[in-house]
Amino acid sequence: MGSNAMHCKMSWSAVAVLCLVACRMAFAQVELTGSWTPRNHEFLTGDGLPVDFTGIPLSEEGRIRALSYSQSQLEMVEHQCQGWPAFYLVQGPFGLRIWNETDPLKGNVISYTIGGWEDRAPMTIWMDGRPHPSEYALHTRSGFTTGKWEGNTLVTYTTHMKAGFLRKTGAPSSDEAATTMRFYRHDDILTILEIIEDPIYLAEPWILSRSFQLSATPQPPVGPPCITAYEGSVGPTAPHYLPEKNPWVDEMTTKYGVPRDAAVGKPETLYPEYRKKIP
Amino acid sequence: MRGFVIATLFTLPFIAWQPGAAGQNSAATAKASAPIDITGYWVAFVTEDWRFRMITPRKGDYQPVPMTPEARKVADAWDPAADEAAGNQCKAYGAAAIMRLASRFHITWQDDNTLRVDSDWGMQTRFLRFNAPSSLPGERTLQGHSVAQWERPASLKVVTANLRAGYLRKNGVPYSENAVVTEYFDIAPIPGGGQVLLVTSIVDDPQYLRQPFTTSSQFKKEADGSKWDPTPCTAK
Repeated sequence: MGSNAMHCKMSWSAVAVLCLVACRMAFAQVELTGSWTPRNHEFLTGDGLPVDFTGIPLSEEGRIRALSYSQSQLEMVEHQCQGWPAFYLVQGPFGLRIWNETDPLKGNVISYTIGGWEDRAPMTIWMDGRPHPSEYALHTRSGFTTGKWEGNTLVTYTTHMKAGFLRKTGAPSSDEAATTMRFYRHDDILTILEIIEDPIYLAEPWILSRSFQLSATPQPPVGPPCITAYEGSVGPTAPHYLPEKNPWVDEMTTKYGVPRDAAVGKPETLYPEYRKKIP
Repeated sequence: MRGFVIATLFTLPFIAWQPGAAGQNSAATAKASAPIDITGYWVAFVTEDWRFRMITPRKGDYQPVPMTPEARKVADAWDPAADEAAGNQCKAYGAAAIMRLASRFHITWQDDNTLRVDSDWGMQTRFLRFNAPSSLPGERTLQGHSVAQWERPASLKVVTANLRAGYLRKNGVPYSENAVVTEYFDIAPIPGGGQVLLVTSIVDDPQYLRQPFTTSSQFKKEADGSKWDPTPCTAK
C-alpha cells in the first residue's frame, strides 16, 4: 500500500470516528421514554380532608378561595374537569408513559409526550424551539409546554393552563400559573422537580418533587378524557362556604394535631423555624 | 495522517466527557473536580409530608411507608420515653431520615475529598467521602459510612451503609442496621431568583421495607447562617 493510500485510509478512519462521536453528541441526553411506575411514598396531594392545604404557600387571596370551596362545586359542569392541570402529573398517584416524535430525516426529537391517565390529558413537550403562543391564546387543561436539555436534565416550561387546582381539595390555581419541571434520571429512578408559579394564588413558588421507577410493565398512554355532564342537582347558587365559616377548618388539628395556620397553607409554616411556634 | 491528528484533537474533548458516567479524574481532588457546588446553608422547604416532618406524627400514622408486618410491630411498640431514658433520642436523625427532617443544613468541604453536612435540628454531622472504600470495618453509627462520587455532568451520588438502626419517621417507623441509603443531590435555579437543592433518597431495607422507600426533598439556599439554630434531638 502506498503512502497516499495509507494517508487516505487513515483520514477516512478519522472522519468515521468524528461522525460517531458527533452522532453520540447529538443524542447525548439520557433516555426518558418508556414506562415509569410511581413510588408513592410521599403525600403530595394531602390527606383528602377538605381543608388540608399543608405545604402550599398560599397567598391571602388563594387561602380565601380555598376556604370558600365546597366539593359540591363538582356538580357544576364548568368545574368538573378543573382538577387536572398539567402539574398534577407530579402530584397524582399514577405512573408515566413517555414517548417521543422524531424528525424522520434528521432524527432529532421534535416532541415528547407524557401520556394521560384518569381524566388528565396527555402533555406534549415541544423540543423544536417553537415559542409559546400569545398570552391571549387558548388555555387548556394541559397547557402549552416547551422543553430543552441542560446537560442530562430535561427542563420544561408550561403556560396557558386553564384555572384549576393546586390541590384537589380546593386550593386554586389561576390561568396565569406557569410551571417549570426538571426531569432527573439516575439509574432507573426518574425524579421530577416541579416549580409552580402563580402570581395570584401563591405567595412564593411552590416546589415539589416525586420519583418514578423504570418499569417493564407498560403504563397506559391515555386515560378516559374528562367529560362534563349535567347532574341536575345544582341550585341557583354555586355551592360554597364563607371563608371564615368553613366547617372543616379544624379537621387536620383534630385528626393529626396539625395547627390551623399550617392546615390553611400560611407560607411561614413551610420553614423549620415554625416548629418552635407549635405548642 | 494530518487528517487523523486534526480529527483526534477535535474529538478528544467529546470523548473525555461521558454523560452519566462517573468520569472522575483520579489525579484531581473531589473538590477541584466538582461539577456542581452544593456548599452553603440550605433550608428544608416543607411542601410535602408536612405532618410527618414538622411535627411528630401520632402513633400508628405510618402512611405511606411500605412497611413489612415486622416493621409495623416494631413501630406499634414505639415508646419515646424509653428511647429518651436509654439515650436513644436521636434515632430519628440517622442518615436514612435526616434529610427529610424540617431542618437547616450547612454543607462544607471538610477536606479536599470529604463533604461535611451539618444539621441544626438534631445537631448531626455526616461525612460524604470521595475515593473511599465502600465499606469500612468498625462500629456502626447513626450516620454510617457514606461514599460519594460525582455523576457527570452535574450530580452527586452518595451511598451510605454501616448504619445503626434508627427511625424513618419520628413516630418509630424503623429501619434496620442493614439498611443501605442511596442519595442523589441535584441543584436547580428557582425562577425569579435563588437556588434549590433536590435530594432524592432511596432506603433499601428488606427487613422492614417491602420495597425501597423513595422520597425527594427540596432545600432553598440561604445567603448566610443567620437563621442557623442548633437544637438537640428529641424523641417525642
